[in-house]
Amino acid sequence: MSSAILLRAEGISKSFPGVKALSNVNFSLRRGEIHSLMGENGAGKSTLIKVLTGVHEKDEGSFYLEGKPISPVSPQDAQRLGISTVYQEINLCENLSVAENIFIGREPKKRGRIDWKEMNCRAERILSERLKINIDVTKILSSYSTAIQQMVAIARAVDISSGVLILDEPTSSLDKNEVKQLFEVMTKLKSEGMGIVFISHFLDQIYEITDRITILRNGEQIGEYVTKEISRSQLVSKMIGREWGKDSNQENKNTRKEVQQVFVSAQNLGRRGMISPLDFTLRKGEILGLAGLLGSGRTEFAKVLFGIEKADQGVLTIDHQQIRNMTPKAAIDKGFSFCPEDRKVEGIVNDLSIRENIILGLQTKRGLFKYIPMNEQREIAQKYIELLNIKTPNMEERIDNLSGGNQQKVILARWLATAPKLLILDEPTRGIDVGSKAEIRKLILDLASQGISILFISAELEEMVACCDRVIVLRDRKKIGELDRTEMSESRIMDMIAEGVPVDET
Amino acid sequence: MKHNFYKITQMKIFWPLVALAVLLLLNLFLLPGFFSIQIKDGHLFGSVIDILNRVMPLLIISLGMTMVIAKEGIDISVGSVLAISGALAAAMMEHTSVWVALLAAVGVGIICGLWNGVLVSVFEIQPMVATLILLTVGRGIAQLITGGQILSIDNSVYQYLGSGFLLGLPFPIFIGAAIFLIMMYLKKRTAMGLFLESIGNNMTASKFAGIQPKKMIILVYTICGVCAAIAGIIVSANVSSADANNAGLWIELDAILAVVIGGTSMRGGRYFLGGTIVGAFFIQTLSTTIYSVGINPQIVMVVKAIVVILVCLFQSQEFRKLFLKFTKKKVSFS
Repeated sequence: MSSAILLRAEGISKSFPGVKALSNVNFSLRRGEIHSLMGENGAGKSTLIKVLTGVHEKDEGSFYLEGKPISPVSPQDAQRLGISTVYQEINLCENLSVAENIFIGREPKKRGRIDWKEMNCRAERILSERLKINIDVTKILSSYSTAIQQMVAIARAVDISSGVLILDEPTSSLDKNEVKQLFEVMTKLKSEGMGIVFISHFLDQIYEITDRITILRNGEQIGEYVTKEISRSQLVSKMIGREWGKDSNQENKNTRKEVQQVFVSAQNLGRRGMISPLDFTLRKGEILGLAGLLGSGRTEFAKVLFGIEKADQGVLTIDHQQIRNMTPKAAIDKGFSFCPEDRKVEGIVNDLSIRENIILGLQTKRGLFKYIPMNEQREIAQKYIELLNIKTPNMEERIDNLSGGNQQKVILARWLATAPKLLILDEPTRGIDVGSKAEIRKLILDLASQGISILFISAELEEMVACCDRVIVLRDRKKIGELDRTEMSESRIMDMIAEGVPVDET
Repeated sequence: MKHNFYKITQMKIFWPLVALAVLLLLNLFLLPGFFSIQIKDGHLFGSVIDILNRVMPLLIISLGMTMVIAKEGIDISVGSVLAISGALAAAMMEHTSVWVALLAAVGVGIICGLWNGVLVSVFEIQPMVATLILLTVGRGIAQLITGGQILSIDNSVYQYLGSGFLLGLPFPIFIGAAIFLIMMYLKKRTAMGLFLESIGNNMTASKFAGIQPKKMIILVYTICGVCAAIAGIIVSANVSSADANNAGLWIELDAILAVVIGGTSMRGGRYFLGGTIVGAFFIQTLSTTIYSVGINPQIVMVVKAIVVILVCLFQSQEFRKLFLKFTKKKVSFS
């Protein structure tokens, strides 16, 4: 069977200053299989991929491709050897045509000039024959959906090298149908004998598409399993290194007391083109969910509430005080805080240290001239690093050296440091590992029981049902109903989103 | 020990300091008496003092420029603002007291800075274009003020600001030091540093964190305008005249260069006031050296360009890597 092994990694180790990212990891990918790398954020998945594709240099160990030792020094080098990677963030030029994107840097030429006809023809062929999609390749890339763009990236990758394809969280920005489309392509490529490494945080997808799973934890390899033979609970417990208890279906929310005091309320609050006017109230210590699909207006409403986008109609009342002209600064002064959905663009400030990222919120609340003294800054940062279990060698580390889950915790820390009365969480658990997810959920419940109001947005309905006291359901930028704890269930919410059966409000 | 040395070489200020040190060392051999300082009438004289004195307008403007660049902007109008401020002060002194003239000169710096800041932040015009307006119009305004002539200044208080001595040292040094200290205070004892670096690195995330970028942008352009105006006062006071055409010509380019040599990236984010000072000193020392070594004035610009290219190349980590590889290979072959 050794001939069937396409790619083998043996005893790979890699250290970064202060962190052992990989220690003695083995990994083997067979021909014609889809193999998942699983692990919490910071487990070493990305590092393994980066070492394999030559982004980082490995400290120890060796890679073998079809039995021959290889040591790529750059992603281009890896690609030449037959290993290509498609990242979560699509690395293509949106303003170029599909064909141009597929052939950029290696355009077919005739008499020293680009042979456009040949290029378009070949691009069409690659897409239709290998990926079974038929699109106009002369149109610019941005006129297509994210899913198609992802396919184009894959087409480019498989055209350059058809040995190993690495897909790093390709599904995180796709909807259900698009995921299905992607999986069809993956199955097709697999049948052609490619080895595919698939990284995803969605367990359903892992079970649907993969043949084998390699689990990493804290830079060590836990084991390799055949997907069919490992149960979900086994998988999760192996990933997070503890038995996965029943606390995923938290019923403990019932222990919280009902408070009737209203903190924020809105009448007819909306903004044209973003969110139709809606009414809402949020009590102290209440967890209110905003459910809906991507683009349903859930993020848009949060932005209007926080003053990132100005409401053009309606009234916002905070603590019985009417607020006009909301801005983020005014919102923060009123005790609002907002963990945005797009962590990389809207959340973290790359260049700054973890400490600076944490105190940023409190500093803006205090103002330009009320500087937080350095020792107070350190105390605050230390407090939240411990409280939220942020994994870092020290607080002066640049924030982009942290894994996604830990970055999310830093953003949470930023807002907790301001002692907020309202915490708006837009997909706080997206793209982060199971362990951090559980920690963040638990934190949300804790915070609510301390009297902090929470506006919770999540694409995972299970998570919403488990945490929320009440859910507002949105569809097509409109509020279509509201469910309280007794009426709330995943299927009920799903039905409302899907069919839009309005719920009678009394 | 080795590790520590590596750490030092990674500091932003390391390479500019090395460049400055090399230049000063060169002077030690090329120009005997470069470091000698004489005392005449209780005043210190010498090449070093001369450089310290002459660098101040550039240094002050570079400090202002550093903050603008930190927020991913640029201000190419500083030379014109310098000319306007000098011209206004000179023109006003003919009618009013020197203090009113000084206030007016600084005031016009504030107005110019506000103008740039509003164009960039409120109207979201690209900084290069927004400040280009004042770069071109500014000299015209200065000429209007001077009536197209070089105005001479005959006020001892005003002249003192550019050519007076305090404690044996030229007075502009004290102005420069004061501005540096104020800026360090703003960076280290207010949230200015944090906010600027945050905006320069990620404007969107900064907005989400509650920073008001528009206010900050207006603030830094205003500070930069004031710096340019103060430099204008020093320049005109030093030569006792206001020349709308030539005062501070091309100084914006030297200032940007000083900031970049000092380690602040044009992409914004982290900014280094100490580095900028070293950068400004480097540029001034280079000019002084070239002239006093006696290089043909016609090729002065070329020499300057070559040195600057070298310094910038050595600041690039990639270039240093290549350079080390290359030199190592050579050694192993021989």
